[in-house]
Amino acid sequence: MKPMRSITVDGNEAVARVAYRLSEVIAIYPITPSSPMAELSDEWAARGEPNLFGLVPKVVEMQSEGGAAGALHGALQEGALATTFTASQGLLLMIPDMYKIAGQALPGVIHVAARALATHALSIFGDHQDLYAVRPTGWGILVSDSVQSAQDLAAIAHVVALQASLPVLHAMDGFRTSHEVQKIQPLSDKELKELFPFPALEAFRKRALTPEAPVIRGTAQNPDHYFQNREAINPYYRRFPQAVKEAMNRFAGVTGRRYAPYEYFGHPEAERVVVVMGSASLAVEEAVEYLLKRGEKVGMVRVRLYRPFHLEDFLAAFPKSVRRVAVLDRGKEPGAVGEPLFQEVAAAFALQGGEVPLLVGGRYGLSSKEFTPAMALGVYEGLKGEKPRHGFTIGIQDDVSHTSLPYPEVDFEDPASVRAVFFALGADGTVSANKNTIKIIGEETPLYAQGYFVYDSKKSGSRTISHLRFGPNPLNKPYLIRRANFVGIHQWGFLERFPMLEVAEEGATVLLNSPYPKEEVWDRLPRPVQEEILRKNLKVYVVNAYELARRVGLPGRINVLMQAAFFKLSGVLSEEEAKARIKKAIEKTYGKRGRSVLEKNFQAVELGFQAVEPLPIPGRPTSEKGLVPPMVGDPPPFVKEVLGPIALGLGDVLPVSAFPVDGTYPTGTARYEKRGIAEFVPTWDPEVCVQCGKCVLVCPHAVVRAKVVPEEALSGAPEGFPHRKAMWKELAGEFVLAISPDDCTGCSLCVEVCPAKDKRNPSRKALNLAPRLEVREAMNRHWDFFLSLPETPRAGLKLHAVKDVQLLEPLFEFPGACAGCGETPYLRLLSQLFGDRLIVANATGCSSIYGGNLPTTPWSKNKEGRGPAWANSLFEDNAEFGLGMRLALDKKAEHAKKLLPEFREVLGEDLLARLLAEVGPEGVTERRRDVVLLRERLSGLDDPKARDLLAVADALIPHSVWIVGGDGWAYDIGYGGLDHVLASGANVKVLVLDTEVYSNTGGQASKATGLGAVAKFAMAGKPTPKKDLAFMAMSYGHVYVAQIAMGANDAHTLRAFLEAEAHRGPALLIAYSHCIAHGIDMAKGMDHQKLAERSGYWPLFRYIPGEGLKLDSKPPTLPLRDYLYAENRYRLLLQTHPEEAEAFLEAAEEAVRARWERLERLAGHTAIPAS
Amino acid sequence: MDLKTTYLGLTLEHPLVASASPLTEKLEGFLRLEDGGAAAIVMHSLFEEQVALEEEMLDHYLHYGHESYAEALTYFPRAHEYRLTPERHLDLLSRAKERVSVPIIASLNGISPGGWVEYARLLEEAGADAIELNLYYIPTDPALSGAEVEEVYLSTIRAVVGAVRVPVAVKVGHAFTAFAHFAKRVEGTGAKALVLFNRFYQPDFDLETLSVVPTLSLSRPYEALLRIHWIALLYGRVGLELALTGGVHTGKEAVKGLLAGAQVVMMTSAILERGPGHFRTVLAELKAFMEEKEYASVAEMRGVMSYQKVAEPAALERANYLKVLGSYRLLP
Repeated sequence: MKPMRSITVDGNEAVARVAYRLSEVIAIYPITPSSPMAELSDEWAARGEPNLFGLVPKVVEMQSEGGAAGALHGALQEGALATTFTASQGLLLMIPDMYKIAGQALPGVIHVAARALATHALSIFGDHQDLYAVRPTGWGILVSDSVQSAQDLAAIAHVVALQASLPVLHAMDGFRTSHEVQKIQPLSDKELKELFPFPALEAFRKRALTPEAPVIRGTAQNPDHYFQNREAINPYYRRFPQAVKEAMNRFAGVTGRRYAPYEYFGHPEAERVVVVMGSASLAVEEAVEYLLKRGEKVGMVRVRLYRPFHLEDFLAAFPKSVRRVAVLDRGKEPGAVGEPLFQEVAAAFALQGGEVPLLVGGRYGLSSKEFTPAMALGVYEGLKGEKPRHGFTIGIQDDVSHTSLPYPEVDFEDPASVRAVFFALGADGTVSANKNTIKIIGEETPLYAQGYFVYDSKKSGSRTISHLRFGPNPLNKPYLIRRANFVGIHQWGFLERFPMLEVAEEGATVLLNSPYPKEEVWDRLPRPVQEEILRKNLKVYVVNAYELARRVGLPGRINVLMQAAFFKLSGVLSEEEAKARIKKAIEKTYGKRGRSVLEKNFQAVELGFQAVEPLPIPGRPTSEKGLVPPMVGDPPPFVKEVLGPIALGLGDVLPVSAFPVDGTYPTGTARYEKRGIAEFVPTWDPEVCVQCGKCVLVCPHAVVRAKVVPEEALSGAPEGFPHRKAMWKELAGEFVLAISPDDCTGCSLCVEVCPAKDKRNPSRKALNLAPRLEVREAMNRHWDFFLSLPETPRAGLKLHAVKDVQLLEPLFEFPGACAGCGETPYLRLLSQLFGDRLIVANATGCSSIYGGNLPTTPWSKNKEGRGPAWANSLFEDNAEFGLGMRLALDKKAEHAKKLLPEFREVLGEDLLARLLAEVGPEGVTERRRDVVLLRERLSGLDDPKARDLLAVADALIPHSVWIVGGDGWAYDIGYGGLDHVLASGANVKVLVLDTEVYSNTGGQASKATGLGAVAKFAMAGKPTPKKDLAFMAMSYGHVYVAQIAMGANDAHTLRAFLEAEAHRGPALLIAYSHCIAHGIDMAKGMDHQKLAERSGYWPLFRYIPGEGLKLDSKPPTLPLRDYLYAENRYRLLLQTHPEEAEAFLEAAEEAVRARWERLERLAGHTAIPAS
Repeated sequence: MDLKTTYLGLTLEHPLVASASPLTEKLEGFLRLEDGGAAAIVMHSLFEEQVALEEEMLDHYLHYGHESYAEALTYFPRAHEYRLTPERHLDLLSRAKERVSVPIIASLNGISPGGWVEYARLLEEAGADAIELNLYYIPTDPALSGAEVEEVYLSTIRAVVGAVRVPVAVKVGHAFTAFAHFAKRVEGTGAKALVLFNRFYQPDFDLETLSVVPTLSLSRPYEALLRIHWIALLYGRVGLELALTGGVHTGKEAVKGLLAGAQVVMMTSAILERGPGHFRTVLAELKAFMEEKEYASVAEMRGVMSYQKVAEPAALERANYLKVLGSYRLLP
């Protein structure tokens, strides 16, 4: 009954396997959710895997998607089979080249993991907005609906491109298909060869540019002939659908799998028909089956060929009986009569003439919003009414424009299937174990298998939810499991926060990873959990996987243990068989990494089977513990009612009216979400502390804070509130340091940098880790009291001293960054130094995600309500975006100053003179006072000019624009803009959080990546040295440039921030930011920064226009090898390409030496004075 | 003058051998040692503990933070294969064997019974002419008796000797209650040689940060005395070849070692300080001594100052200690 041979892969891999084999040039750039296609291609090329033609394709990373499209265009001009992978904004960046490629009839292929576009907000999730945006480019567009069809249509796309001599975009649904793991039938090389149109390739090659038979392409044309020339290509588009049909027919002949440009499914005399594209068509298909069984005359047309849209074939797909048609669009085109697919369908019927069925269109599934068969039922039901609604939405509650259709609660799960949902802590291995499980069951048994994984947007302490289905029948279910018969709860802490058992059906099996002995488990469960277990008669099993993982020497890695327990309880395979299969899978995954790891995992398998035991259930709830609300500490209503449900994973229930129209959200909301994710938190010993401030400075999450307060302020302190006399010459009072245990991620950077040791017991420092659950209650009391204490007055603090800076209130707190992040300490510092007058333009990347991903965000406000104002535009335009802000501020200030003299009498000479004077950062307090006076004096005036002035009065305050982003932005995609903005001389400050890779998309190489470092897209080591961005900026002469590393020299970092801010012109800070993608112990991140500096890799310097270069590091004393090989990113090369690694090391040593000498030379000379 | 020496069944041009050092971490180091005049080369140790650590670290970092956040499900590319320390070590050994004509003795430091045997076999397969077991271990457990520690050592040696065909040497530290007795028992395992003595890393204290810092300083000539002493005591009394390692910097120590009964004399620190060419210097000094004293061969001079042959054997026993103290008392 089953296919002969099958593989279990996700959509990205299924597509990449085809694209790689059918390409000669692959231009890549990372963007979610398409990055894995590029990563796989790079990995395969690095290991020398040949394509269908026996050569290893050239895989080249570009600086942006625009660059990738340019390279694609060039490769096609030269007659090479070329492809790229992208999504969303990346695809938008390709548009100019897409027009050129299509206009020149070149057979390129782009594989897209279709994704939402950044509008009011960015979203990484799937819909069709991106492919709709490129519909006028002239590319053929094929859309697949499942992992199997993604693979198959990928092949058809390559074939058709050559046959029709036009470029083809092949799209699958981002995440839903690109990341869904399915058992599919692979395409063999033999099959691909049978399909491949070799004669068409020959014809294409003949069109390549060559000086041997020169032609020109890409001319400029005039009004008299451009139009006609543009029309000349029409026959190509006319024959394109035929080429698709032929390719699909041939494909069916070779593989037995049949596709058509437009596929009908349903009643032969259907009256109501839904038109849909992509994975949602599978859900609609299920709904049609359901309705057919109930005798309803319904059907569905699945669109696979969206461009060119072939009228005749499309219309021919409908039964003659059709009366009403609903078109579902996974996109939005505001202001249009309908969404793009609707427009197409409407035009098709209109052009057909005769009796046109009633047509409506609606939107669904934006940003991977669930679309279920039940929702499809709602659409069919909606078509029944007297006047079916056009412009409807399905799957949301639209209480503003009242577009949403209702839909019934119907269960579409197959009773014969195993439906398992696993809740786990990110990075605990659960997801990979589940992927393994799918492989085991999919590839080793006749059962079908499907897996889909939902991830958190927090990068630390995040939650993953795995949805796994296994069964004897095909599992084309592009939606989440809502009724599970197995629920795995791998993280005890989640029980208090998330309603996880909601998904369990009556009598389901629940596997609970408990840190407590079996006897204690029941009483420790929150009452709602106990009640649900009793109500649904759930069978609960427990295992202490953390303890067992520690015992086998894999602390924190509970994956294999829980996987074994799942197999034992689910009974999908016999125990013996399951053990053998898991071990085989482990061997495949871990075998290459050495014997010791393998053995530990084998032990874990045995323990997982042995240790799981049933939980005795007493028959009544015993607990008094409730669930913890998602938002605590008296949150404002918006935070509680809108952000709260999102934090719980219940955002689907929020209606349209809950949301701000323009995507404007309050800042400072992270403080309400106490995530409690740390197992251990630092505790403070005031007697040992030397009050140096280093812990506060390095804390990536702003959970360690200090103040100096008058002694009397402590009169109401809670019991045990730690404090000690302040050790300042200039400051009298008590020094208090507090730590928020439930905001802490437990990264322990603070403990690592603490220099104060207890002289009676050097194993203790001023900060020592303690189990959070034991200390949190008292610490939370202390924290709350600490927050109520007055801020230490800013006046009189020395901002160049770390010791003093620790006392400044941070206006960036509790970001969802990785535990121990190397970027966030710089942002927290920025907020401390200039936060109350700061405007941040933030490039897309890690910092825009931990800085701006809902539900809660870290940029916050002080007690006066002031704080950083933050905005993200895009990845590629951030410097320009920030410059625009600066220009606007300056223009508004100019406008205000022009108006001010008109109110001379009301304001008085003194105030007017003060307001007209230029002030820098140092005058901000006085200027604010004066602006308040200005407002007071103008407030009563009924004068349009006064109102005009008041509207721009804030611009008189010296606000500071900081342009923030990572190295992917600054060195690659945004470099042109950054360079231009620096060159402009505008008064903007640029902070580059340099992790030397694209961290947010999983560590792809950028031009900031060091020579010989292993990164994605640089599997065999980055072959070229890091770009010297500082040197490039210094070459202008007027740009303040500093290279900093907080862990190497914190005082230097402070100094650079202050000098940059004070510089009247552009400033660039390049900040070494250790990163999870470096493969280091993040607790030691600051030590790695030190190693980088001491080895000469990251010398600290400041270039001050007019003064020249100050080389602030001493000559290197540490061998470069000692720094590089302390990090997995470099060590990895030693383990994969040892000989090359040695050569790289020598070259890197030489590069470090050369750069040092150049810096020394420069430091010896004075710069050209600033004019 | 016959400088030829046999050691572990190998015929060496002379008795000066390069002891395990970082120089052998690269192929070039082997070539330099041979050029410099080493009669045999002991390759740097394959440390099983380090191998395990490397595997675990690789595995840890390949998993660190993975499958947690939707945009970055992993942080490193997947390599098709990893060439970890054992493979690189074995590869280097076999490449060195192809290029170097002097014998190469592989050194091994295991932690598990399985590891010792497996890696010894692999080293043999890769072409090692002999294997030196580096029993580098500090028995810190107060519950562990000296007899138990010795038993662990002996069973390890027996296991390796039983697993490989090439001769096996045993390198140990000097901290034994009854070293001569232990040496005798080593003889019973089938090992062919005893290498005296390992030098341990000495943990030091950083007084500024109140932390422990590991240090390993290069040896000094005075350290050879302890080794020479024990070689003199054991020579001819145990059926093992004795190798001197630690503190040999000049021809003087080399000569003393041979006179005490060493089969070979090994150098590391002096080579690291002065370069591989120092072998030739020491060899010249050895030759000069032999010429002066008219020794026709190394064999002739070997062991003449040993316990068995020296005029006053008691001087090598406790009396030596008394005499030294006495001599101090006589100082002005």
